Amino acid sequence: MDTQAIYFDNNGTTALDQRVLETMLPYLSAQSGNATSRHIFGRSSRQAIERAREQVADATGAHPSQVIFTGSGTEADNLAICGITAKNGFEKIAVSAIEHPAITRAAQSMKAHGVVIESIAADTQGKITIDALQDLLSSGNDDKSIGLISVMLANNETGAIQDLASIAEIARKQHAFVHTDAVQALGKMKVDFAELNVHAMSLSSHKISGPQGAGALILDKRVDIQPLLLGGGQERGLRSGSENVAAIVGFGAACELISRELIQRIGSVRQLRDQLEKGLVKLGAVIFGHGADRLANTSFFAFEGIEGETLVMALDRKGFAVASGSACSSDSTEPSHVLMAMGVDEDLARGAIRVSLSNVNTAAQIEAFLLVLEGELSRLRRLTAIAV
Amino acid sequence: MAYSDKVLDHYENPRNVGALDKNDPQVGTGMVGAPACGDVMKLQIKVNDDGIIEDAKFKTYGCGSAIASSSLVTEWIKGKTLDQVMEIKNSDIAQELALPPVKIHCSVLAEDAIRAAVADLKSKQTVASEVA
Amino acid sequence: MTARMPIYLDYSATTPVDKRVAAKMIPFLTEDFGNAASRSHPYGWTAEKAVENARDEVAKLVHADPREIVWTSGATESNNLAIKGAAHFYQDKGKHIITMQTEHKAVIDAFRELERQGFEATYLAPEADGLLSLDKFRAAIRPDTVLASVMLVNNEIGVIQDIETIGNICRENGVIFHVDAAQATGKVHIDLEKLPVDLMSFSAHKTYGPKGVGALYVRRKPRVRLEAQMHGGGHERGLRSGTLATHQIVGMGEAFRIAREEMDLENARIRRLRDRLLAGLQEIDETYVNGDLKNRVPHNLNISFNYVEGESLIMAVKDIAVSSGSACTSASLEPSYVLRAIGRSDELAHSSIRFSIGRFTTEEDVDYTIELMKSKIGKLRELSPLWEMHLDGVDISKVEWAAH
Repeated sequence: MDTQAIYFDNNGTTALDQRVLETMLPYLSAQSGNATSRHIFGRSSRQAIERAREQVADATGAHPSQVIFTGSGTEADNLAICGITAKNGFEKIAVSAIEHPAITRAAQSMKAHGVVIESIAADTQGKITIDALQDLLSSGNDDKSIGLISVMLANNETGAIQDLASIAEIARKQHAFVHTDAVQALGKMKVDFAELNVHAMSLSSHKISGPQGAGALILDKRVDIQPLLLGGGQERGLRSGSENVAAIVGFGAACELISRELIQRIGSVRQLRDQLEKGLVKLGAVIFGHGADRLANTSFFAFEGIEGETLVMALDRKGFAVASGSACSSDSTEPSHVLMAMGVDEDLARGAIRVSLSNVNTAAQIEAFLLVLEGELSRLRRLTAIAV
Repeated sequence: MAYSDKVLDHYENPRNVGALDKNDPQVGTGMVGAPACGDVMKLQIKVNDDGIIEDAKFKTYGCGSAIASSSLVTEWIKGKTLDQVMEIKNSDIAQELALPPVKIHCSVLAEDAIRAAVADLKSKQTVASEVA
Repeated sequence: MTARMPIYLDYSATTPVDKRVAAKMIPFLTEDFGNAASRSHPYGWTAEKAVENARDEVAKLVHADPREIVWTSGATESNNLAIKGAAHFYQDKGKHIITMQTEHKAVIDAFRELERQGFEATYLAPEADGLLSLDKFRAAIRPDTVLASVMLVNNEIGVIQDIETIGNICRENGVIFHVDAAQATGKVHIDLEKLPVDLMSFSAHKTYGPKGVGALYVRRKPRVRLEAQMHGGGHERGLRSGTLATHQIVGMGEAFRIAREEMDLENARIRRLRDRLLAGLQEIDETYVNGDLKNRVPHNLNISFNYVEGESLIMAVKDIAVSSGSACTSASLEPSYVLRAIGRSDELAHSSIRFSIGRFTTEEDVDYTIELMKSKIGKLRELSPLWEMHLDGVDISKVEWAAH
């Protein structure tokens, strides 16, 4: 692989922080026990997991006892949506129109059990409209009340940040549980479970310079939930399966780095993003969700008449790794459902490209990217002109 | 399972392990628990003519906490009267050994063992006095 | 005595990651990171290629087609996906399901959940040797039976079930057959071209791979269908969503490659060590081997030491890392349900120890263990009122114990 490529797809996955790797190595190479074993090998694995649990809790304003480790953010989302709905016998739940497939498809799967799924609309900037939520919660068109709503804290594509605290307040008045997918938010903005006042929150390790293979659901213990994985009874019976000690340790270490470095990270990355967008606007880009509060590292944009997939490939050949749509659905050629929910024209949406930065990116890389982009744009426009 | 230092100490160096002659009229034997529950404690006390426990022995089939609980009570009851040892509460044992909640039953068993040994001794003495 | 302390004899709970496996994994934690589902840049492609290579390795060990291998977060998830996924998909054909009482908790609890959802389950007891009676199995099948799940190698007593015959019975009756093979890979040969098995669960960390990854074999011919249990980006052909942990998958592939190439030699060595351990421990009075010795992986020796209590025994032998009961249930104080199912008394179940031998066990380790067991059992029996009664000729089973 060409390791000279510049990586601008940090919302897809992040490079593992060297310091995180160091904490994991002992659990990957030396003898590490099964955390349920009572001998010294098992106990040291158990201690490592409990320390990671504290680190995750500290970074997210949660109590360690609220942290349920899972194998991924997707699993945390599925556990929250399916587990809470099934256990509480909810007949109707609502998810926002801009959720990750892990939420929307988990919700859709509950249809088979007779659950009605409502969608919470977003505005043109990708923000959930509070009025839409209010209407949905108060005036059901049948006698089923909404038991659970799920709204992501920060969107993976646009980076738009939702006002979860207000959303939670409204939902709580209607006695609905609130889940938020904070997978993209963690490490890029302050995430405080207690302040958000939600009942459940999903997290993922590999989006925050931690390893793949670990995630967590932060759960208010007063909320009953049905586990997805049954068996040995790990994680208070809510997530069976031998714990992935190395990944959990890495997740914890990555969270601790967030606790220490978040403010500095946001500051440096915002400067780069602003530099990028200034250049993009000059080149005629439409920037999605720019009117909303956004994550400091994310820019989602398109150029009229330029197909996104083609541009991504062209940039890739020039050594820049960016995404079209979101990584998890880049198999499909459908335009982004997030942009559709925002009312973006379908043709323009097909041009969407996402640049997501991290604090290892530099101003020089942005400059180089803009230069390459300018060249590729004019080349592609020439090709299009000939084709017409 | 993390054991306290005191549990470990009693477990590694149990005090007063052994048996007294259960047919001795001055010996009371208490056997409590059941193998199926994972704990059996046998506690024996020997009283002198002044009603003071001058010797105590135990044997225990059970976890480290059960062994430690019985070892500890043999230390505690020596030199005491029967009335005094009946005052010993399982909570005293649990506190002294810093037993975790899942091991409280070991201290309960040790308290039961004291009561059973005392009861055995008293019934022997009653029989003895009736015969006399 | 030059044995390393403490000696690890708990390979059935988890195995250390083989150094060769770790070496393969680490590059994917550092320079070759990437989301395998990112199709738009080479970071994603390298990850995808590595994932597919690993899939080939897993398939090769069990003679399957790589397209029949679905990645999961571990055997627990594989078992849940196979059992709930197949039962849900085929529930219109019938709602009766069959398994054994000695299965892993992940299987038992998935069955219990299906019962709550309206399925009817039969939990067959094993024979005293731990093996499933084929007649009893045949008799348990009803016209509405849709799924049976029987593990290949038992985690506690190491016995090997006759999967081929059980699978043929399933085929004759149109029953989907799932096999939990978490404890079997690298220990017994598995040939899914020949075995009539529809679904098979695998774990990496029981075979010198990393924790947090496993796989489910899903037969293509005749095709077996599942209802997905984890929804999202549609990874793994929609059967299992969630970002793949590339380094872990790479680790599992390498671990299974090593298992394929080395298992015959390794198993011969381990059998010698197990026989040595067995001979040594049988010099102690009142010991009972749990489970059949012939139909058994050489890695496992499960022995009950009568008249000593299991937990104090574990404490006494803290220089060796072993399990009493299964690692996954050792947080509870219940005697092992597997030993109960094969008819062991609670006392013998409580006083059982599972020694599991593996790749890095040495002869010195075994000899040290034998000596340690001899001395510690002696010490605990001196402490045991039950041993005293036994020596006095009292039949413990006849004693009436006060309930408490």
